Amino acid sequence: MTTMTGSRPTLSPAARIARMHRQGKLTALLLFLPPALVLFTLFVIWPIFNAANLSFFKWSGYGAIDNFIGTQNYQRLANHSVFHQSLWNSVKLILASLFIQIPLALTLALLIYKKTSANTAFRLIFFAPYILAEIASGVIWSFIFDGDFGVSGQIAAALGIDPFYILADRQFAFLAIITVVVWKYFGYHMMIFIAALQAVPDDLIEAAEIDGAGRWQKVFYVKLPLIMHAIKLSAFFAIVGALQVFDIIIPLTNGGPSNSTHSIVSYLYTYGLAQLNVGYGAAVGVVLFVLCMVTAFSYRRLAMGKGGAL
Amino acid sequence: MKSFCLGAAAVLGLTLAGSALADDVRMLAIEPNVPEGRQYYLDVAKAYEAENPGTKVQFDFLDDTSFKSKLPTLLQSSARPDAFFTWTGGVFAEQAKAGVLKDISADFTDADRKNYSPSGIQSMSHEGKLYGVPMYAASVVLWYNKALVEKAGVDPKAIKNWEDLLAASKKIQGAGIVPIVMGGKDKWPIALFYGQLAARIAGTDGVAAADKGENDGFNNPSFIQAGEALKQLADIKPFQPGYMDTTQPKAAGLFGDGKGAFYLAGNFLVGAQAQNSATGKGLGDDLDFITFPAIEGGKGDPADTFGGVNGWLVTKDAGKSTVDFLKFLTNNKNQTEGGRLKIWLPIGTNAQSGIADPRLRRIAEDLSKAPHHQLYLDQMLGASVGAALNDAAAQIVTGDISPEEAAALVEEAREMR
Repeated sequence: MTTMTGSRPTLSPAARIARMHRQGKLTALLLFLPPALVLFTLFVIWPIFNAANLSFFKWSGYGAIDNFIGTQNYQRLANHSVFHQSLWNSVKLILASLFIQIPLALTLALLIYKKTSANTAFRLIFFAPYILAEIASGVIWSFIFDGDFGVSGQIAAALGIDPFYILADRQFAFLAIITVVVWKYFGYHMMIFIAALQAVPDDLIEAAEIDGAGRWQKVFYVKLPLIMHAIKLSAFFAIVGALQVFDIIIPLTNGGPSNSTHSIVSYLYTYGLAQLNVGYGAAVGVVLFVLCMVTAFSYRRLAMGKGGAL
Repeated sequence: MKSFCLGAAAVLGLTLAGSALADDVRMLAIEPNVPEGRQYYLDVAKAYEAENPGTKVQFDFLDDTSFKSKLPTLLQSSARPDAFFTWTGGVFAEQAKAGVLKDISADFTDADRKNYSPSGIQSMSHEGKLYGVPMYAASVVLWYNKALVEKAGVDPKAIKNWEDLLAASKKIQGAGIVPIVMGGKDKWPIALFYGQLAARIAGTDGVAAADKGENDGFNNPSFIQAGEALKQLADIKPFQPGYMDTTQPKAAGLFGDGKGAFYLAGNFLVGAQAQNSATGKGLGDDLDFITFPAIEGGKGDPADTFGGVNGWLVTKDAGKSTVDFLKFLTNNKNQTEGGRLKIWLPIGTNAQSGIADPRLRRIAEDLSKAPHHQLYLDQMLGASVGAALNDAAAQIVTGDISPEEAAALVEEAREMR
């Protein structure tokens, strides 16, 4: 094997292919690359470029795409107060996911990660909301928040106070959505943490005990450092997931009252698809795509260390 | 293998030719509001098939939202239906401009056209060409609960203009009763007030001019005045608590349960307030209506009606049978039956005889006598401007924007259309 140090002879592309052929790699490449490449190009790359192209047109979804309007869709987006609100809402969702959902999931995971039958039951209960379809969770919670016929209405009646309509209130409606999002996804993060905690070697914990570590010291100096990779991964899923929240908002508030509870995706759906401004919707989609990409790459670089290793 | 392929191709070819020869009719409908509606369509299809052996009529149903979001793609694909449900208005104009519809003017003689109200035919026409067949109309009136208004000492029949309604609302509120039940979450129920006010103040011609951008478009003083009138009402806080988290069907049920005195809605409320009420019975004979109050100095005729016109649009490449079936579906017998089943207000001339409910009969009579029938503004203006209008109306009521800002919001959307 040649050493990697020193100047490496640069091979011409033809020579490289010839070498691959000699090594038998070319056949494998030609055989196995096209299916994945074609599918990826067809269903990922092509739609992205198509959407980017569409975002420079005004198109209602009907007829030919011929009304080129340059960057007008983006200008309109930059000036639209509802879009600003939905960006801010997405930021709030990210913050809630990072600072409420993940600590909650972590605490519960630490409490119930050991294999006992009671813990299994708890795990099942906490994980159950995640299994539920998003849209179903939204509908269920809209019944819970309903001040007339719902659970909150019944509680108010039992207490003898006026019913409170949280989803009709501009100030509190988004808080209700955050509650549902946390409720829905904490179980998922909890499961990631439980899996990681179960992989922490017992002898390390025992060693810490012998060294006289207390309950909290074991958590902070042994368990958490050893599952840091899982926490980082979880945080990544939480951020990207928060950017994409949609199905929960539609049944709960449909973006209201006064368009104050849109996420970026529900904004895209409402102003792009439902109002037949497909070009405008594409522009929102491009912005969302860029946000997700920037988040993903900068997160890899900042949190996951060199080369994206966990 | 080769012979198998050839055989398969031949079979496929024959099947395709067969289906083309038979000229089947594929209809795409929205899920009807009442269960009888679905059965009605299927019965009519069966009756048509019996009269025309060899032709098959198929109805597919989608709920409103899926229907609206799937339609653009569907119409531009080869899987498009032969005819589909329409609310007419701006979206219909888009479809006609995009060339996905079929001009059926030649298939409708003057005698054929006489079977429908002129406004119905007008609604199905774009630039003088007829693209579809009207089937029913909806007309918005101000419904009230007799028992509750009596209890509050208000005589609804004496409400003639906007000030009367404001005064009545205050009086009802004073009696501890919710003056108006509102499904604010859906926004369009609020926009019914806004649109009605605009139609009363600007008149149908004024609304049409604004749609074209004449006289400052929606920044025209008439629309600002409509917003101010709506704000006057909202300032009384006449709606039930939590109205912004109440959908229209739920609101209809609350009204049917006697939770408020007034409800602005189309004729469909007769069925909806009963079906959605907790008792399932609704208000019964306590339900009655007045026409929307007049606005002093408004250009709109107080006898003008406001609401929808619905029917079927024919897509390009649809066969002869489609138009034939649509004529059958909207013939006098079927129209009368639709009215009898309380599914809708038939748009066919002389098809009102089946309407048994006296209130619906009165609405139908008012509709036939109306000098103009203003289409729901959100339908008329098309998807994006219509949504801006609904948003604007909702935000006037919640106090988030002023009537001037609301008008500017709608005008901005119109300019970008």
